[in-house]
Formats: sequence, C-alpha cells, structure tokens
Amino acid sequence: MIVLTIAGQTLLEALRRRVVWALVVLTVVLLALNGWGFARLPGLHTQEGALTTGEARLVAAQLLNLVMFAISLIVALGTAFLAGPTLSGEVESGVMLAVCARPVRRSSVLLGKWLGLVAFALGYVLATGTAEFVVVDRAVGYSPPQPVLALVFLSAQAVVLLTLALLLSTALSPMASGVLAVGLFGATWVAGVVGGIGTTIGNDGVERVGTVARVLLPTDGLWHGAMHALQLPTALAAAGRAAGADPFLSSSGLDAGYLLWAVLWVALVLATCLRLFTRRDL
Amino acid sequence: MPTADTGAVPAGATSDGVVPAGNPSDVGDPARGRVSPAIWCSGVSKRFRKHQALDAVSLQVGRGEVVGLLGPNGAGKTTLIKIMLGLVHADAGELMLLGRRVPAPSSRTAVGYLPELFRFQPWLTAPEVLRLHTRLAGLPVPAHRELHEALAAVGLSGRDAERVGGFSKGMQQRLGLAVALLGRPELVILDEPTSALDPVGRADVREVVLALRERGTTVLLNSHLIGEVERVCDRVVILDRGRVATAGTLDDLLGESEVRVRLATPTTAVRDVLERYGAREQGDGWTVVRGLDREAVPELVHGLVLAGARIHAVEPTRITLEERLLDVLRPEGGPGQRAVRTDRRSPR
Repeated sequence: MIVLTIAGQTLLEALRRRVVWALVVLTVVLLALNGWGFARLPGLHTQEGALTTGEARLVAAQLLNLVMFAISLIVALGTAFLAGPTLSGEVESGVMLAVCARPVRRSSVLLGKWLGLVAFALGYVLATGTAEFVVVDRAVGYSPPQPVLALVFLSAQAVVLLTLALLLSTALSPMASGVLAVGLFGATWVAGVVGGIGTTIGNDGVERVGTVARVLLPTDGLWHGAMHALQLPTALAAAGRAAGADPFLSSSGLDAGYLLWAVLWVALVLATCLRLFTRRDL
Repeated sequence: MPTADTGAVPAGATSDGVVPAGNPSDVGDPARGRVSPAIWCSGVSKRFRKHQALDAVSLQVGRGEVVGLLGPNGAGKTTLIKIMLGLVHADAGELMLLGRRVPAPSSRTAVGYLPELFRFQPWLTAPEVLRLHTRLAGLPVPAHRELHEALAAVGLSGRDAERVGGFSKGMQQRLGLAVALLGRPELVILDEPTSALDPVGRADVREVVLALRERGTTVLLNSHLIGEVERVCDRVVILDRGRVATAGTLDDLLGESEVRVRLATPTTAVRDVLERYGAREQGDGWTVVRGLDREAVPELVHGLVLAGARIHAVEPTRITLEERLLDVLRPEGGPGQRAVRTDRRSPR
C-alpha cells in the first residue's frame, strides 16, 4: 500500500513538474517530423535514380533504429533526471524527513519511487514506440519484424538506467547522479560501438571492450537486442562485413543468458540501493 | 527483556526523568498496570566522523508531559530527535517511543513530528500533503471538511488550492504543524516549531502546545526561544556537547528565588542585617539576597527598617530559565555576563 502511494506520488511529481508535458510536446514534434520525413522516402531521388519501394523500406528500417535510439535517449535523460530529484532531492530538501518519520519502512519508500519511475518509463516507451511504429507504417509501409520484443527491450533498457540513477542518487546530489547516469549510458553505448569495430576488424581485445561494457551496464546490450528486433534481416546482408561497426545495426539478437543477467543486474543494483538508503542518516 | 511491541515501562528512571544508562532489562511489566513512558532512551551515542554528537544520553518523558529540549547550537538536540524517529542511526544505546522499540516503524505509529527542516512536496497543495501523510500514517483519509479544519487550526484556511511550493516559510511551518497533529498523535515532537513564524504565529503555536497538554498529549519541544519553553513546558532537559547537562521540572531548575533591595547608603547596623541574610551588593545600587522565601521578605524589610535603613525598593524575583541555562552551559561565567543576566531578571 505504501509502495503504491509513493509510486503514485512519483508519477504525480512528473506530471506536476511538467516533465510529462515537456515530453509530450517533444514527442509530438518528433513524430510529426518523422511522418513527414518517412513519407518522402518512396520515390526519393538519389544519384542512382528514385528509390524503389524495397529500397525505401530498407532505408526506413535503418532510420527507424536511429529514431528509436533518439527515443531511448529521451527516456534515459528523463528517467535519470527524475530519479535524482525524487530521491536525493527530497533528502537534501528535507521532504524525506517528514515522510520517513511516519510508520513506514524506508524500503517501501524506495520501492515506491522505483515503481513510479518504472511506470513512467514504460508508459513513455510503450506509447511513443507504438506511435512511432504506426507513423512509419502509414508513411512508408514498413513494420518492424518484432515490434513487441523491441519495445520490451527498450523498456528494459530504461529500467536498467533508472535503477542505476536511483542507486547513484542514494549517495550523490540530484544533479551529479543524473549527469553520471547519463554519462555512463553514453559511455557504454560508445564502448558498444568500439566493440562492434573490433568485431569488424577481427581484433579480440577491441571486441572485448564492448562485451565487458555490456556486462557492466546492460543498457547497450538491451539496445542491441531492440535494434535486432526492429531491423530488416536483409539490412544485415546489405551492410555485409561492415554491419558490426554500424552503431544502428545489430548483427545478433539477445540470448536468454544475457536477459537473465540483465534481470539479475537490476535486482542486485536495487538491493544495493535499498541497503544504502536504509542505512543512511537523513 | 521487552519485545518491540510491548508497552514496556523502563524502571530506574530518576524523578527528573533522566534514565541511568544501562540495560533495559529493568523495564517494568505493563500487565502490572504501569504505563510505558512516551520517550525512553538509555545510553544513546552518535558520532559523525570526528564529532561526537551524542555521548551516552539517557532520558525519559512521561505520558502527558510537555518537555522542553534546550541547549546551544550543536548540542545534539536535533540528532537526538532524529534518532528517536529512526531518521538517524545511533551508534549505541536503546530507545523506545510509546513502549515500542526504535527504529521499528511501529514505534512511530502514534507520533507526530515537525522537523527543523520543514519542507513538503512543492507540487502538492496543502490538503494533498495532509492526505498523503494520513495514508503514510495508516490513518483513514479524512473528508475535505476535516482537512479544511486541520488547515484552519494552524491559520491556513483559504489556501487549499495553492501549491506548497508557493508558500512562504512561515506558511510551510504552519503546514508542518498541521501534518504533525494529524490523527491526534499520542506523542508530538516539535523541532524548532516557531523558527519561521512571526510573533502571532509563535503565539498560535503556544496555544497549540497548551491545547495538546490539556488533551494529555505528550510533547517534546526543541526550541531556542527560552521564554516559549518556560511558558508551556512542565520539564526541561538541557543538552550540552552531546550530554544531558541537567534536567528537571521548572520549579526544580528555577526554584532559587531572590530578593533585590535598593537602599540609601547603608549604615553599619543595616550592613549587619544584610550580612545575616547572606546578601551581596552588586555594585549597581542593588543588593541581592538569594534563596530567600517570599514569605520571609517582610521579616527582612522589618529588620532593615529597625536597623534604620532607608529603603527605595524591594523586588522579590526568580531566576529566569535563560539565566539557569547560561549557568549550566557557562559555569565559569563570561565577562559582564552576570550584570547582563541580572538586568533580565523578572519580578514575581
């Protein structure tokens, strides 16, 4: 009950602080521009003549990965900068004193915050992702092969990042935790690209950079799973050996072991977060 | 050994409410009809890195008592309150609130708290803050009329639709008081409840505390406004450098009354009379006789008149709580301190 009350408060905070409205405006603009851009793909003139329908779908598949990356970035920024103020911000300001002096467990307060952030992130990913798929389908007639799986992976990526941001906010200031969470998200993405280059050039050491980064912070691994579910299988064949180095193509899907690790990672980080928040002095 | 949820009564507390440090194995049995104290703590210590904030603090507050917690900045008052409420973890010692062991959430079930740092969710309205806290406290969510009454009781009527973020500090502190009083708690802990209030607000808080006392609610009041404490508290605990410097009822602490006499140049006979009473000249024209009962004042005046004294004024006074506090905190006395304090004494 307390968990749900706090989760509701977290969502209300996002609404009242106009985070939701800012995202809605941003997303509507993004979708409108996408619709306009994707609709111009069929018959688009290039050096080799107008794009055929098949070529337009291939380009749309790759562009969709790019757009979904932009959406995942918005979610990353949104959740990371919500997680900081909602926990360490309330500790710093003193709001948490009145809350935790009630007959509630701190773990319930923290789980409520986490649940509210998860609901916020899932709501945004599912609504925006679905809207984007509909726009692309109407504009260029392309539907990703596994849209539901892609949204699941994107949502999981958001959950991983917001859990990390929450952990950081148990020890750091709101701004520092937000900046660090987004910075780590970006660094892991770059490490993934480096790893892809390692695969392309056949260097195990460079390839390992991406592998290790995906284990330490599963956001990039989950992003690759989402991309794989979004792209046309022919896109890989068209890219050939260079596919591995393309940050918006994924050469393979996710195996069950990695998904299990991602779930375990979230559980471990959340448990650490609970332990730190329960033990800290307010 | 009491369990966390028994209404255990710590025995061994002295009459001034200070509990000897030790194991709470000497805690009484509620089945024998003894009611557990509202606050009981024994040997509570807390260190923040190199700073010893609390050092083996032991005290007790009985049910229905209004107790003032006094002390200089950094004495450990807020830290002690936060430990009572499970907001800060003690390094050592044991605490119970309303018979329940701290920091179990159940110990805070019937406790209202106004923090020194009073801030509430700025995106909520005042009634929404109250609703949130009733849910957190496990209380039935009150009707709109009840919320309105709760806000009106602290001078916030007509502010229902405003977000708390737009409130002044004083209004937020008033809201904090309303939050602390939700659900008629058995124990109310007020940490600097008037720090942001104007004189009218301070008077309002005083009325609230007096009403709580009438109702039999236990109040722990931490305030730097000594006059406020003196007016509403039954008992005072003075903390200094993390230790209980002294504790007792106001009568115990302020019990020493004195008489100030202003005389024309005294003769030797008059001086003899004054000497018999242990009087001391202050150098400002006043002579002070300490520890003299008010009933003995006529006898003193009679003796002085018989000795030929010409008396300009006689003022029975009592030491103020502020003077007592300074006596405790600065036993050596600073330069000019005594003269300043003398000027503050109030006739009774």
